[in-house]
Amino acid sequence: MSDNVEFGELRRISGQIRRDIITMLAEANSGHPGGSLSAVEILTALYFQEMKIDPANPSWPARDRFILSKGHGAPVLYATLAAKGFFPREELLTLRKINSRLQGHPDMKKVPGVEMSTGSLGQGLSAAVGMALAGRLDNRDYRVFVLLGDGEVQEGQVWEAAMAAAHYRLDRVIAFLDHNGLQIDGKTTEVMSPEPLDEKFKAFGWHVEKINGHSFREIFAALDKADEVKDKPTMIIAETVKGKGVSFMENQVEWHGSTPNEEQVKQALAELEQEVL
Amino acid sequence: MEKIATRNAYGKALVELGKVNENIVVLDADLAKSTKTIDFKKSFPARFFDMGIAEQNLMGTAAGFAAAGKIPFASTFAIFATGRAFEQIRNSIAYPRLNVKIAATHAGLTVGEDGASHQAVLDLALMRAMPNMTVFVPADATEAAKMTLAAAEIEGPVYLRLGRSNVPVLYAEDYSFVPGKASVLRQGKDVAILACGIMVAEALAAAEELEKEGISARVLNISTLKPLDTEAILKAARETKALVTAEEHSIIGGLGSAVAEVLAENEPTPLVRVGVKDTFGESGKAPELLEKYGLTAGHIKAAVLTLT
Repeated sequence: MSDNVEFGELRRISGQIRRDIITMLAEANSGHPGGSLSAVEILTALYFQEMKIDPANPSWPARDRFILSKGHGAPVLYATLAAKGFFPREELLTLRKINSRLQGHPDMKKVPGVEMSTGSLGQGLSAAVGMALAGRLDNRDYRVFVLLGDGEVQEGQVWEAAMAAAHYRLDRVIAFLDHNGLQIDGKTTEVMSPEPLDEKFKAFGWHVEKINGHSFREIFAALDKADEVKDKPTMIIAETVKGKGVSFMENQVEWHGSTPNEEQVKQALAELEQEVL
Repeated sequence: MEKIATRNAYGKALVELGKVNENIVVLDADLAKSTKTIDFKKSFPARFFDMGIAEQNLMGTAAGFAAAGKIPFASTFAIFATGRAFEQIRNSIAYPRLNVKIAATHAGLTVGEDGASHQAVLDLALMRAMPNMTVFVPADATEAAKMTLAAAEIEGPVYLRLGRSNVPVLYAEDYSFVPGKASVLRQGKDVAILACGIMVAEALAAAEELEKEGISARVLNISTLKPLDTEAILKAARETKALVTAEEHSIIGGLGSAVAEVLAENEPTPLVRVGVKDTFGESGKAPELLEKYGLTAGHIKAAVLTLT
Protein backbone atom coordinates (compact mmCIF):
# COMPACT_ATOMS: atom_id res chain seq x y z
CA MET A 1 0.00 0.00 0.00
CA SER A 2 1.33 3.43 -0.81
CA ASP A 3 2.03 5.92 1.95
CA ASN A 4 -0.78 8.13 0.66
CA VAL A 5 -3.35 5.36 0.80
CA GLU A 6 -2.19 3.85 4.07
CA PHE A 7 -2.13 7.27 5.74
CA GLY A 8 -4.97 8.87 3.79
CA GLU A 9 -6.35 10.88 6.70
CA LEU A 10 -2.93 12.22 7.70
CA ARG A 11 -2.27 13.08 4.05
CA ARG A 12 -5.54 15.01 3.92
CA ILE A 13 -4.49 16.93 7.04
CA SER A 14 -0.97 17.60 5.79
CA GLY A 15 -2.49 18.95 2.58
CA GLN A 16 -4.61 21.39 4.55
CA ILE A 17 -1.60 22.43 6.65
CA ARG A 18 0.44 23.13 3.50
CA ARG A 19 -2.34 25.22 2.02
CA ASP A 20 -2.73 27.11 5.29
CA ILE A 21 1.02 27.80 5.36
CA ILE A 22 0.82 29.36 1.88
CA THR A 23 -2.30 31.33 2.68
CA MET A 24 -1.06 32.73 5.98
CA LEU A 25 2.36 33.64 4.60
CA ALA A 26 0.78 35.39 1.62
CA GLU A 27 -1.50 37.34 3.97
CA ALA A 28 1.42 38.24 6.23
CA ASN A 29 3.58 39.10 3.24
CA SER A 30 6.60 37.96 5.22
CA GLY A 31 7.86 34.76 6.80
CA HIS A 32 9.50 31.47 5.93
CA PRO A 33 7.75 29.05 3.55
CA GLY A 34 10.61 26.71 2.58
CA GLY A 35 11.47 25.31 5.98
CA SER A 36 7.80 25.22 6.99
CA LEU A 37 6.78 23.09 4.02
CA SER A 38 9.68 20.66 4.53
CA ALA A 39 8.47 19.75 8.02
CA VAL A 40 4.73 19.25 7.41
CA GLU A 41 4.66 15.45 7.59
CA ILE A 42 6.78 15.41 10.74
CA LEU A 43 4.42 17.75 12.61
CA THR A 44 1.32 16.07 11.20
CA ALA A 45 2.57 12.66 12.34
CA LEU A 46 3.42 13.96 15.81
CA TYR A 47 0.30 16.02 16.50
CA PHE A 48 -2.29 13.77 14.82
CA GLN A 49 -1.06 10.35 15.85
CA GLU A 50 2.05 10.14 17.98
CA MET A 51 1.84 12.64 20.80
CA LYS A 52 -0.27 12.38 23.92
CA ILE A 53 -1.82 15.83 23.97
CA ASP A 54 -5.17 17.43 24.71
CA PRO A 55 -5.94 20.68 22.87
CA ALA A 56 -8.63 21.42 25.47
CA ASN A 57 -6.03 21.17 28.22
CA PRO A 58 -2.77 22.43 26.75
CA SER A 59 -0.91 22.48 30.08
CA TRP A 60 -1.86 18.94 31.13
CA PRO A 61 1.27 17.96 33.12
CA ALA A 62 1.64 14.46 31.66
CA ARG A 63 1.44 15.58 28.02
CA ASP A 64 4.13 14.96 25.46
CA ARG A 65 5.96 18.15 24.47
CA PHE A 66 7.05 19.46 21.10
CA ILE A 67 9.65 22.21 20.73
CA LEU A 68 10.14 23.92 17.39
CA SER A 69 13.81 24.73 17.82
CA LYS A 70 13.93 26.11 14.28
CA GLY A 71 11.49 28.82 15.31
CA HIS A 72 11.27 30.41 11.86
CA GLY A 73 9.17 27.38 10.96
CA ALA A 74 6.39 29.03 12.98
CA PRO A 75 3.85 28.77 10.12
CA VAL A 76 3.92 24.96 10.11
CA LEU A 77 3.56 24.90 13.90
CA TYR A 78 0.67 27.39 13.91
CA ALA A 79 -1.14 25.65 11.04
CA THR A 80 -0.75 22.30 12.81
CA LEU A 81 -1.92 23.63 16.19
CA ALA A 82 -4.93 25.29 14.56
CA ALA A 83 -5.80 22.11 12.68
CA LYS A 84 -5.59 20.22 15.96
CA GLY A 85 -7.91 22.70 17.64
CA PHE A 86 -5.57 24.62 19.94
CA PHE A 87 -6.93 27.90 18.54
CA PRO A 88 -9.27 28.96 15.72
CA ARG A 89 -7.99 28.37 12.21
CA GLU A 90 -9.14 31.85 11.09
CA GLU A 91 -6.54 33.30 13.42
CA LEU A 92 -3.79 32.05 11.10
CA LEU A 93 -4.46 35.09 8.94
CA THR A 94 -3.18 37.34 11.75
CA LEU A 95 0.35 35.91 11.47
CA ARG A 96 3.03 38.56 12.03
CA LYS A 97 0.47 41.35 12.34
CA ILE A 98 0.36 43.89 15.13
CA ASN A 99 -1.48 42.69 18.25
CA SER A 100 -1.61 39.09 17.00
CA ARG A 101 -0.76 36.14 19.21
CA LEU A 102 0.97 34.61 16.21
CA GLN A 103 4.35 36.27 16.42
CA GLY A 104 6.89 35.84 13.62
CA HIS A 105 8.58 33.31 15.86
CA PRO A 106 6.65 31.26 18.46
CA ASP A 107 5.82 32.82 21.83
CA MET A 108 4.90 30.20 24.46
CA LYS A 109 3.18 32.78 26.64
CA LYS A 110 0.81 33.83 23.87
CA VAL A 111 -0.17 30.72 21.94
CA PRO A 112 -1.81 27.64 23.48
CA GLY A 113 0.17 24.55 22.56
CA VAL A 114 3.48 26.33 22.01
CA GLU A 115 5.82 24.74 24.55
CA MET A 116 8.85 27.00 24.19
CA SER A 117 9.56 30.44 22.83
CA THR A 118 12.07 30.00 20.04
CA GLY A 119 13.44 31.89 17.08
CA SER A 120 17.03 32.46 18.03
CA LEU A 121 18.50 29.27 16.63
CA GLY A 122 20.14 26.57 18.70
CA GLN A 123 18.18 26.95 21.93
CA GLY A 124 15.36 24.40 21.69
CA LEU A 125 17.31 21.24 22.45
CA SER A 126 18.56 22.70 25.74
CA ALA A 127 14.99 23.38 26.82
CA ALA A 128 14.11 19.79 25.92
CA VAL A 129 16.92 18.57 28.18
CA GLY A 130 15.47 20.57 31.08
CA MET A 131 11.93 19.35 30.43
CA ALA A 132 13.02 15.73 30.19
CA LEU A 133 15.06 15.95 33.41
CA ALA A 134 12.06 17.52 35.14
CA GLY A 135 9.85 14.71 33.87
CA ARG A 136 12.25 12.15 35.27
CA LEU A 137 12.23 13.88 38.68
CA ASP A 138 8.43 13.87 38.65
CA ASN A 139 8.27 10.20 37.63
CA ARG A 140 6.40 11.09 34.48
CA ASP A 141 7.20 9.33 31.25
CA TYR A 142 6.25 12.07 28.84
CA ARG A 143 8.38 12.49 25.76
CA VAL A 144 9.94 15.71 24.52
CA PHE A 145 10.08 16.04 20.74
CA VAL A 146 12.26 18.64 19.08
CA LEU A 147 12.58 19.81 15.50
CA LEU A 148 15.97 21.16 14.51
CA GLY A 149 17.09 22.63 11.20
CA ASP A 150 20.16 21.37 9.41
CA GLY A 151 21.53 24.91 9.24
CA GLU A 152 20.64 25.41 12.89
CA VAL A 153 23.04 22.70 14.05
CA GLN A 154 25.87 25.04 13.12
CA GLU A 155 25.10 26.72 16.47
CA GLY A 156 27.47 25.51 19.21
CA GLN A 157 24.74 25.35 21.84
CA VAL A 158 23.11 22.47 19.95
CA TRP A 159 26.19 20.36 20.66
CA GLU A 160 26.32 21.40 24.30
CA ALA A 161 22.74 20.20 24.60
CA ALA A 162 23.44 17.04 22.58
CA MET A 163 26.25 16.21 25.01
CA ALA A 164 23.99 16.81 28.01
CA ALA A 165 21.08 14.74 26.63
CA ALA A 166 23.40 11.75 26.16
CA HIS A 167 25.19 12.32 29.47
CA TYR A 168 21.90 12.25 31.35
CA ARG A 169 20.69 9.27 29.26
CA LEU A 170 17.53 11.10 28.19
CA ASP A 171 15.72 8.48 26.14
CA ARG A 172 12.57 10.58 26.36
CA VAL A 173 14.19 13.22 24.14
CA ILE A 174 13.41 12.45 20.52
CA ALA A 175 14.64 15.00 18.00
CA PHE A 176 14.01 15.37 14.30
CA LEU A 177 16.53 17.02 12.03
CA ASP A 178 14.85 18.65 9.05
CA HIS A 179 17.59 17.78 6.58
CA ASN A 180 16.58 19.87 3.59
CA GLY A 181 20.13 20.85 2.75
CA LEU A 182 19.57 24.57 2.39
CA GLN A 183 20.07 27.67 4.51
CA ILE A 184 19.80 31.39 3.76
CA ASP A 185 23.16 31.77 2.03
CA GLY A 186 22.95 28.53 0.04
CA LYS A 187 23.58 24.81 0.47
CA THR A 188 24.54 23.88 4.04
CA THR A 189 27.47 21.90 2.71
CA GLU A 190 28.78 25.03 0.99
CA VAL A 191 28.01 27.62 3.67
CA MET A 192 29.42 25.64 6.64
CA SER A 193 29.07 21.93 6.31
CA PRO A 194 27.54 20.22 9.33
CA GLU A 195 28.08 16.78 7.76
CA PRO A 196 28.30 13.93 8.46
CA LEU A 197 25.38 14.51 10.80
CA ASP A 198 24.60 10.86 11.52
CA GLU A 199 28.17 10.14 12.60
CA LYS A 200 28.35 13.32 14.66
CA PHE A 201 25.23 12.51 16.67
CA LYS A 202 26.32 8.88 17.06
CA ALA A 203 29.66 10.08 18.36
CA PHE A 204 27.79 12.29 20.84
CA GLY A 205 26.06 9.20 22.20
CA TRP A 206 22.74 9.39 20.38
CA HIS A 207 20.71 6.71 18.68
CA VAL A 208 20.32 7.83 15.06
CA GLU A 209 17.68 6.96 12.48
CA LYS A 210 17.72 8.16 8.88
CA ILE A 211 14.42 8.40 7.04
CA ASN A 212 12.49 10.04 4.24
CA GLY A 213 10.89 12.91 6.15
CA HIS A 214 7.86 13.02 3.87
CA SER A 215 6.92 9.36 4.38
CA PHE A 216 4.50 8.79 7.24
CA ARG A 217 5.40 5.12 7.26
CA GLU A 218 9.09 5.90 7.77
CA ILE A 219 8.38 8.57 10.38
CA PHE A 220 6.30 6.16 12.47
CA ALA A 221 8.80 3.34 12.03
CA ALA A 222 11.56 5.62 13.33
CA LEU A 223 9.39 6.72 16.25
CA ASP A 224 8.68 3.09 17.13
CA LYS A 225 12.40 2.38 17.18
CA ALA A 226 13.03 5.47 19.30
CA ASP A 227 10.57 4.16 21.87
CA GLU A 228 12.53 0.91 22.13
CA VAL A 229 15.85 2.68 22.69
CA LYS A 230 16.79 2.88 26.34
CA ASP A 231 19.24 5.28 27.98
CA LYS A 232 19.95 7.23 24.81
CA PRO A 233 18.27 10.19 23.12
CA THR A 234 17.22 9.62 19.52
CA MET A 235 17.97 11.82 16.51
CA ILE A 236 15.80 11.13 13.48
CA ILE A 237 17.54 12.63 10.49
CA ALA A 238 14.70 13.29 8.10
CA GLU A 239 15.65 13.77 4.47
CA THR A 240 13.31 16.49 3.28
CA VAL A 241 12.74 18.86 0.41
CA LYS A 242 12.70 22.54 1.25
CA GLY A 243 9.47 24.03 -0.13
CA LYS A 244 7.95 20.53 -0.48
CA GLY A 245 4.70 20.42 -2.42
CA VAL A 246 5.03 23.67 -4.35
CA SER A 247 6.94 23.04 -7.57
CA PHE A 248 8.55 26.43 -7.91
CA MET A 249 9.61 26.50 -4.24
CA GLU A 250 11.12 23.03 -4.00
CA ASN A 251 14.86 23.06 -3.39
CA GLN A 252 15.02 26.79 -4.13
CA VAL A 253 17.01 28.68 -1.51
CA GLU A 254 15.22 31.92 -2.47
CA TRP A 255 12.08 30.55 -0.83
CA HIS A 256 13.68 30.33 2.61
CA GLY A 257 12.33 33.70 3.63
CA SER A 258 10.25 35.21 0.84
CA THR A 259 6.52 35.01 0.27
CA PRO A 260 4.46 34.31 -2.85
CA ASN A 261 2.57 36.97 -4.81
CA GLU A 262 -1.08 36.58 -5.82
CA GLU A 263 -0.34 34.63 -8.97
CA GLN A 264 2.12 32.33 -7.18
CA VAL A 265 -0.38 31.71 -4.37
CA LYS A 266 -2.96 30.56 -6.94
CA GLN A 267 -0.49 28.17 -8.52
CA ALA A 268 0.75 26.88 -5.16
CA LEU A 269 -2.76 26.22 -3.86
CA ALA A 270 -3.73 24.53 -7.13
CA GLU A 271 -0.73 22.24 -6.90
CA LEU A 272 -1.46 21.49 -3.27
CA GLU A 273 -5.07 20.63 -4.11
CA GLN A 274 -3.70 17.78 -6.23
CA GLU A 275 -1.93 16.56 -3.12
CA VAL A 276 0.07 13.79 -4.70
CA LEU A 277 3.43 14.12 -3.07
CA MET B 1 33.16 42.74 62.51
CA GLU B 2 32.39 39.25 61.24
CA LYS B 3 33.09 38.71 57.53
CA ILE B 4 31.33 36.17 55.30
CA ALA B 5 31.18 35.93 51.50
CA THR B 6 27.71 36.33 50.01
CA ARG B 7 28.24 33.15 47.96
CA ASN B 8 28.61 31.17 51.19
CA ALA B 9 25.31 32.52 52.47
CA TYR B 10 23.70 31.63 49.14
CA GLY B 11 24.94 28.03 49.35
CA LYS B 12 23.51 27.58 52.83
CA ALA B 13 20.21 29.27 51.99
CA LEU B 14 19.79 26.99 48.96
CA VAL B 15 19.90 23.98 51.27
CA GLU B 16 17.22 25.53 53.48
CA LEU B 17 15.11 26.17 50.40
CA GLY B 18 15.62 22.61 49.21
CA LYS B 19 14.28 21.27 52.49
CA VAL B 20 10.99 23.14 52.28
CA ASN B 21 10.38 23.23 48.53
CA GLU B 22 10.87 20.07 46.50
CA ASN B 23 10.46 22.00 43.25
CA ILE B 24 13.83 23.65 43.75
CA VAL B 25 16.49 22.27 41.41
CA VAL B 26 20.04 23.56 41.11
CA LEU B 27 22.22 23.65 38.01
CA ASP B 28 25.86 24.53 37.82
CA ALA B 29 28.58 24.65 35.16
CA ASP B 30 31.55 22.89 36.74
CA LEU B 31 31.93 25.47 39.49
CA ALA B 32 29.88 23.97 42.31
CA LYS B 33 32.72 24.23 44.80
CA SER B 34 33.22 27.89 44.00
CA THR B 35 29.60 28.97 43.67
CA LYS B 36 28.79 26.95 46.82
CA THR B 37 25.99 25.00 45.15
CA ILE B 38 28.04 22.02 46.36
CA ASP B 39 26.13 22.31 49.65
CA PHE B 40 22.86 21.66 47.83
CA LYS B 41 24.45 18.89 45.78
CA LYS B 42 25.45 17.07 48.97
CA SER B 43 22.00 17.46 50.53
CA PHE B 44 19.87 16.79 47.46
CA PRO B 45 21.96 14.94 44.85
CA ALA B 46 18.93 13.98 42.76
CA ARG B 47 17.97 17.63 42.32
CA PHE B 48 21.44 18.87 41.41
CA PHE B 49 22.60 18.91 37.80
CA ASP B 50 26.12 19.66 36.67
CA MET B 51 25.90 20.85 33.08
CA GLY B 52 29.64 20.98 32.53
CA ILE B 53 31.48 23.94 31.06
CA ALA B 54 28.60 24.85 28.80
CA GLU B 55 26.84 27.97 30.05
CA GLN B 56 24.54 28.44 27.08
CA ASN B 57 23.08 25.00 27.66
CA LEU B 58 23.04 25.68 31.41
CA MET B 59 20.60 28.55 30.90
CA GLY B 60 18.59 26.75 28.22
CA THR B 61 18.21 23.66 30.39
CA ALA B 62 17.15 25.83 33.32
CA ALA B 63 14.49 27.34 31.04
CA GLY B 64 13.23 23.84 30.22
CA PHE B 65 13.04 22.95 33.91
CA ALA B 66 11.03 26.10 34.58
CA ALA B 67 8.70 25.39 31.66
CA ALA B 68 8.00 22.02 33.30
CA GLY B 69 7.12 23.62 36.66
CA LYS B 70 10.42 23.48 38.53
CA ILE B 71 12.19 26.42 40.18
CA PRO B 72 15.74 26.17 38.85
CA PHE B 73 18.66 28.08 40.36
CA ALA B 74 21.39 28.29 37.72
CA SER B 75 24.80 29.20 39.05
CA THR B 76 28.14 30.03 37.53
CA PHE B 77 30.48 33.01 37.63
CA ALA B 78 28.77 36.31 36.80
CA ILE B 79 31.04 36.88 33.81
CA PHE B 80 29.86 33.68 32.11
CA ALA B 81 26.24 33.83 33.23
CA THR B 82 25.60 37.30 31.88
CA GLY B 83 28.19 37.36 29.11
CA ARG B 84 28.57 33.93 27.57
CA ALA B 85 24.91 33.07 28.03
CA PHE B 86 23.41 36.55 27.60
CA GLU B 87 21.33 35.67 24.62
CA GLN B 88 20.03 32.46 26.19
CA ILE B 89 18.94 34.49 29.20
CA ARG B 90 17.26 36.95 26.89
CA ASN B 91 15.42 34.60 24.55
CA SER B 92 14.93 31.40 26.54
CA ILE B 93 14.36 32.90 30.00
CA ALA B 94 13.45 36.59 30.14
CA TYR B 95 11.33 36.85 26.99
CA PRO B 96 9.01 33.97 28.02
CA ARG B 97 9.32 35.16 31.64
CA LEU B 98 10.31 31.72 32.88
CA ASN B 99 10.84 31.11 36.56
CA VAL B 100 14.63 30.81 36.47
CA LYS B 101 16.89 32.18 39.20
CA ILE B 102 20.32 33.16 37.92
CA ALA B 103 22.58 33.18 40.97
CA ALA B 104 25.91 34.45 39.72
CA THR B 105 28.97 34.49 41.93
CA HIS B 106 32.43 36.05 41.65
CA ALA B 107 30.94 39.33 40.46
CA GLY B 108 32.96 42.52 40.32
CA LEU B 109 36.65 43.26 40.73
CA THR B 110 36.93 41.36 44.01
CA VAL B 111 37.21 38.07 42.14
CA GLY B 112 40.78 39.28 42.43
CA GLU B 113 43.76 37.38 41.10
CA ASP B 114 41.96 35.77 38.15
CA GLY B 115 42.03 39.17 36.52
CA ALA B 116 39.99 41.09 33.98
CA SER B 117 38.82 38.05 32.00
CA HIS B 118 36.87 36.93 35.07
CA GLN B 119 35.82 40.26 36.56
CA ALA B 120 32.17 40.97 35.80
CA VAL B 121 31.74 44.75 35.88
CA LEU B 122 29.02 44.99 33.23
CA ASP B 123 26.60 42.35 34.49
CA LEU B 124 24.26 44.76 36.24
CA ALA B 125 23.98 46.88 33.10
CA LEU B 126 23.10 43.80 31.06
CA MET B 127 20.58 42.38 33.52
CA ARG B 128 19.02 45.74 34.43
CA ALA B 129 18.26 46.44 30.78
CA MET B 130 16.49 43.09 30.46
CA PRO B 131 12.68 43.22 30.48
CA ASN B 132 11.00 40.92 33.05
CA MET B 133 14.21 40.59 35.10
CA THR B 134 14.40 41.30 38.83
CA VAL B 135 17.92 42.26 39.94
CA PHE B 136 19.18 41.71 43.49
CA VAL B 137 22.58 42.81 44.83
CA PRO B 138 23.07 41.79 48.47
CA ALA B 139 25.22 43.97 50.73
CA ASP B 140 26.17 41.14 53.07
CA ALA B 141 25.66 37.48 53.90
CA THR B 142 22.45 38.07 55.85
CA GLU B 143 20.86 39.85 52.94
CA ALA B 144 22.17 37.28 50.43
CA ALA B 145 20.44 34.50 52.35
CA LYS B 146 17.17 36.39 52.57
CA MET B 147 17.33 37.28 48.88
CA THR B 148 17.84 33.63 47.97
CA LEU B 149 14.62 32.75 49.78
CA ALA B 150 12.82 35.78 48.33
CA ALA B 151 13.90 34.89 44.80
CA ALA B 152 12.14 31.55 45.06
CA GLU B 153 8.90 33.34 45.97
CA ILE B 154 9.01 35.62 42.92
CA GLU B 155 7.27 34.26 39.83
CA GLY B 156 9.71 35.06 37.04
CA PRO B 157 13.41 35.48 36.33
CA VAL B 158 15.71 36.86 39.01
CA TYR B 159 19.37 37.82 38.79
CA LEU B 160 21.18 37.47 42.13
CA ARG B 161 24.66 39.01 42.18
CA LEU B 162 27.05 37.35 44.61
CA GLY B 163 30.69 37.88 45.49
CA ARG B 164 33.75 35.77 46.10
CA SER B 165 35.39 37.71 48.94
CA ASN B 166 34.46 37.84 52.58
CA VAL B 167 32.55 41.00 53.40
CA PRO B 168 31.39 42.50 56.72
CA VAL B 169 28.06 41.34 58.08
CA LEU B 170 25.92 44.48 58.30
CA TYR B 171 22.50 43.12 59.06
CA ALA B 172 21.25 41.18 62.07
CA GLU B 173 19.23 38.02 61.56
CA ASP B 174 15.97 39.88 62.17
CA TYR B 175 16.53 42.10 59.09
CA SER B 176 13.52 41.95 56.87
CA PHE B 177 14.41 42.15 53.17
CA VAL B 178 11.59 43.45 51.00
CA PRO B 179 12.14 43.10 47.24
CA GLY B 180 12.08 46.50 45.56
CA LYS B 181 12.71 48.44 48.79
CA ALA B 182 15.88 50.29 49.67
CA SER B 183 16.93 50.32 53.30
CA VAL B 184 18.34 53.28 55.17
CA LEU B 185 21.36 52.17 57.18
CA ARG B 186 22.35 55.57 58.49
CA GLN B 187 20.43 58.81 58.75
CA GLY B 188 21.96 62.07 57.52
CA LYS B 189 20.92 65.43 56.14
CA ASP B 190 23.72 66.91 54.07
CA VAL B 191 24.32 64.23 51.48
CA ALA B 192 23.05 60.73 50.68
CA ILE B 193 25.29 57.84 49.64
CA LEU B 194 23.40 55.26 47.62
CA ALA B 195 25.32 52.02 47.45
CA CYS B 196 24.89 48.37 46.58
CA GLY B 197 26.80 45.16 47.21
CA ILE B 198 30.15 45.37 48.94
CA MET B 199 30.15 49.15 48.57
CA VAL B 200 27.49 49.50 51.25
CA ALA B 201 30.05 48.73 53.96
CA GLU B 202 32.45 51.21 52.33
CA ALA B 203 29.69 53.83 52.28
CA LEU B 204 29.06 53.35 56.00
CA ALA B 205 32.78 53.75 56.70
CA ALA B 206 32.85 56.89 54.56
CA ALA B 207 29.90 58.31 56.49
CA GLU B 208 31.77 57.74 59.76
CA GLU B 209 34.73 59.71 58.44
CA LEU B 210 32.55 62.48 57.09
CA GLU B 211 30.84 62.82 60.46
CA LYS B 212 34.22 63.74 61.97
CA GLU B 213 34.40 66.60 59.48
CA GLY B 214 30.94 67.79 60.34
CA ILE B 215 29.18 66.36 57.29
CA SER B 216 26.04 64.37 57.95
CA ALA B 217 25.76 61.59 55.36
CA ARG B 218 22.76 59.34 54.91
CA VAL B 219 23.49 55.82 53.65
CA LEU B 220 21.01 53.79 51.61
CA ASN B 221 21.42 50.20 50.52
CA ILE B 222 19.84 49.94 47.06
CA SER B 223 19.86 46.17 47.10
CA THR B 224 17.11 45.71 44.54
CA LEU B 225 18.42 47.35 41.39
CA LYS B 226 15.27 46.40 39.53
CA PRO B 227 12.53 47.25 40.23
CA LEU B 228 14.23 50.36 41.56
CA ASP B 229 12.94 52.07 44.72
CA THR B 230 12.51 55.46 43.03
CA GLU B 231 10.55 56.79 45.98
CA ALA B 232 13.46 56.25 48.38
CA ILE B 233 15.90 57.79 45.90
CA LEU B 234 13.76 60.89 45.37
CA LYS B 235 13.19 61.26 49.10
CA ALA B 236 16.95 61.18 49.66
CA ALA B 237 17.45 63.73 46.87
CA ARG B 238 14.84 66.12 48.26
CA GLU B 239 16.02 65.85 51.85
CA THR B 240 19.77 66.06 51.30
CA LYS B 241 20.32 67.90 48.01
CA ALA B 242 23.39 65.94 46.87
CA LEU B 243 23.92 62.27 46.08
CA VAL B 244 26.80 59.88 45.60
CA THR B 245 26.36 56.38 44.21
CA ALA B 246 28.81 53.57 44.91
CA GLU B 247 28.97 50.21 43.16
CA GLU B 248 31.49 47.52 42.31
CA HIS B 249 30.51 47.81 38.66
CA SER B 250 31.02 50.10 35.71
CA ILE B 251 29.61 53.58 36.21
CA ILE B 252 27.86 52.91 32.89
CA GLY B 253 24.58 51.05 33.17
CA GLY B 254 24.50 50.02 36.82
CA LEU B 255 23.34 51.71 40.01
CA GLY B 256 24.87 55.09 39.16
CA SER B 257 23.12 55.17 35.81
CA ALA B 258 19.83 54.02 37.31
CA VAL B 259 19.92 56.78 39.94
CA ALA B 260 20.97 59.38 37.35
CA GLU B 261 17.98 58.44 35.20
CA VAL B 262 15.56 58.85 38.08
CA LEU B 263 17.06 62.18 39.16
CA ALA B 264 17.24 63.65 35.66
CA GLU B 265 13.57 63.00 35.01
CA ASN B 266 12.18 63.84 38.43
CA GLU B 267 14.47 65.81 40.68
CA PRO B 268 17.66 67.13 39.08
CA THR B 269 20.23 66.87 41.86
CA PRO B 270 24.03 67.06 41.96
CA LEU B 271 25.37 63.50 41.65
CA VAL B 272 28.77 61.80 41.61
CA ARG B 273 29.06 58.14 40.60
CA VAL B 274 31.72 56.05 42.30
CA GLY B 275 32.41 52.88 40.34
CA VAL B 276 34.65 51.33 37.72
CA LYS B 277 35.44 54.10 35.26
CA ASP B 278 34.68 52.46 31.92
CA THR B 279 37.67 50.16 32.05
CA PHE B 280 38.58 46.51 32.57
CA GLY B 281 40.26 45.36 35.77
CA GLU B 282 43.42 43.32 36.29
CA SER B 283 44.94 40.71 38.60
CA GLY B 284 45.57 41.58 42.21
CA LYS B 285 44.28 41.10 45.72
CA ALA B 286 40.72 42.31 46.24
CA PRO B 287 41.65 45.22 48.56
CA GLU B 288 44.43 46.30 46.19
CA LEU B 289 41.99 46.33 43.27
CA LEU B 290 39.39 48.30 45.19
CA GLU B 291 42.05 50.87 46.05
CA LYS B 292 43.47 51.10 42.53
CA TYR B 293 40.09 51.34 40.81
CA GLY B 294 38.64 53.89 43.20
CA LEU B 295 36.19 51.77 45.16
CA THR B 296 36.94 52.46 48.83
CA ALA B 297 35.46 54.49 51.66
CA GLY B 298 38.15 57.06 50.96
CA HIS B 299 37.03 57.45 47.36
CA ILE B 300 33.42 57.79 48.44
CA LYS B 301 34.40 60.42 50.97
CA ALA B 302 36.34 62.32 48.32
CA ALA B 303 33.32 62.19 46.02
CA VAL B 304 31.11 63.60 48.76
CA LEU B 305 33.57 66.42 49.41
CA THR B 306 33.31 67.54 45.79
CA LEU B 307 29.60 68.12 46.40
CA THR B 308 29.60 69.81 49.82
